[in-house]
Amino acid sequence: MNASGTGDQGRGTRGTRRETQDQGTRPDRRGEGTRRERRDAAVVPEAEFRSYYGRPIIKAPVWRYDIPAYLFTGGLAAGSALVAAGGDLTGRPALRRAGRLTTLAALSASTYFLINDLGRPERFHHMLRVAKPTSPMSVGSWILAAFGATAGPAAVSELAPLLPRRGPLGLVRRLAPSAGRVAGIGAAMIAPALATYTGVLLADTAVPSWHEAYPELPFIFAGSALASAAGAGLIAAPVEQTSPLRRLALAGAAIELAGAHSVETRLGLLSEPYTTGRAGRLLRAGRTLTALGVAGALLGRRSRVVSALSGAALLTASALTRFGIFAGGVRSAEDPKYTVGPQRNRLTGRENGRERR
Amino acid sequence: MGEQSPASAGYQQPPPRMGFFTDTSVCIGCKACEVACKEWNQVPDDGLNLLGMSFDNTGGLSANTWRHVAFIEQPRNGDTGSGMRWLMSSDVCKHCTRAACLDVCPTGALFRTEFGTVVVQEDICNGCGYCIPACPYGVIDQRRGDGRAWKCTLCYDRLKADLTPACAKACPTASIQYGPLEELRERAQARLEQLHEAGETSARLYGHDPDDGVGGAGAFFLLLDEPEVYGLPPDPVVTTRDLPAMWRRAGLAALTMAAAAVVAFLGRRP
Repeated sequence: MNASGTGDQGRGTRGTRRETQDQGTRPDRRGEGTRRERRDAAVVPEAEFRSYYGRPIIKAPVWRYDIPAYLFTGGLAAGSALVAAGGDLTGRPALRRAGRLTTLAALSASTYFLINDLGRPERFHHMLRVAKPTSPMSVGSWILAAFGATAGPAAVSELAPLLPRRGPLGLVRRLAPSAGRVAGIGAAMIAPALATYTGVLLADTAVPSWHEAYPELPFIFAGSALASAAGAGLIAAPVEQTSPLRRLALAGAAIELAGAHSVETRLGLLSEPYTTGRAGRLLRAGRTLTALGVAGALLGRRSRVVSALSGAALLTASALTRFGIFAGGVRSAEDPKYTVGPQRNRLTGRENGRERR
Repeated sequence: MGEQSPASAGYQQPPPRMGFFTDTSVCIGCKACEVACKEWNQVPDDGLNLLGMSFDNTGGLSANTWRHVAFIEQPRNGDTGSGMRWLMSSDVCKHCTRAACLDVCPTGALFRTEFGTVVVQEDICNGCGYCIPACPYGVIDQRRGDGRAWKCTLCYDRLKADLTPACAKACPTASIQYGPLEELRERAQARLEQLHEAGETSARLYGHDPDDGVGGAGAFFLLLDEPEVYGLPPDPVVTTRDLPAMWRRAGLAALTMAAAAVVAFLGRRP
């Protein structure tokens, strides 16, 4: 298990190491245990930092694909709960129905992904053993439980027309819409928390590119959740009822893209994992599809086909964004330069500050 | 009563906080600590690997390695002898005063013992994996085939029986010293001064400072080079230090999201 990835005996050869803005490490170090790369004609000075045979300092998340998949489905469930409540309160029954059913489906998928990722899935209920504000995962478990307790009944109330008109079940049938409305509004109140706590979930780790992106991650996920829910609605609902979804797609995409742009440019060296490699490809593809999806949603308002295609683009884009953000963080955990470089700079900055005083 | 250290965790009249001081200047790289730890704690093997990293074929701390001896061979400036020096260091869980693994654990499986150490309850852990990327030192890890998170317990069972942890007991050079943290800090300071007087100016303490990013480590070190050379983070910070700011940002994002939905639905009907 331990033998992986160290075939070069500690002298870094994996990828190119360049100093990025001010986040590089001091260039005057050498010696065994030092990871360096000589690039004679480098225009940008190469970043040098020391490490133990180039091995990562922190452990990368052991989370599998389930977690980025959950980031997507959890966001979709949250956004769709808002769409459902909006549709319900503004007299757009198709939006209400589509929103509620999408919420239930996405919520079920979320639950599956979260349990499937556990090392001991049969102990999933230990998540509700305690309530810990210092653990975003604990907070999230409670948010998800409360959301399920409201979004579930709201979705089930859509089945009321299948009940007989008379008898006790007829009474249930008549009460179901009001109960569904109350539950649906409850779910919509919890939904923004469900969509955004996941940003804190990732940021509250030692993973450098997640932690430093904490101001943006909840916004990216909120925007992505709105855009994906708008996408699902555009596929499911007739065009007459979808005008709020087109505005929602635009707003969601704007929030998401602004946040993503910020993490890709603001973090210096720690932006690099988001712009290169797999994460870079995923995020670029997501951005392209988001743009196409929004354009289609705004321009194709008369065509059911164009609307549905735009919706599909928005949904795919949201999933790509989540997988991209996830991959970027994992990448920043795997390479010690992202851990050592910023910490070294912090120390150097503190030492300089002390000297000046 | 003044403000209690987070390491006392609300115990009534706890025993003194116990810890490790690992003086790497006298480590001879015998790996007796690795072996003793595995034997006492019945930690499974992690394969017979040849990593090509000097005499280190363990690689680093993991679910199945709770003590890890690092080997660094360095050219030595101005040395008249071989021109090389060995750095050897036995790494271990830091049992942080402000422990990120403990903070983020959603099940309460990780807890603070009366000795101020941090331990996983194996009957509670459900393998969610959150502690693993939360640790700023990369200590705790998931055991494959088992699914749960494992790490050094600072031999909680031995401490309860008033015994020295297995690694410190086995260490033949007193490189690993076990005792009340306060006492160890004094001992470490004296050792540091001794080394500086002897001309070993590269000696420095790591993790001893209660004002550092993790509130001071329960297991701290005397190193002869910068921490990253040993695979240690130069300036670790407990991730939950920024958690209040993170929740505020999430709250702002949540309000933005709700507002966007309201505005989208309040707009004029076509």
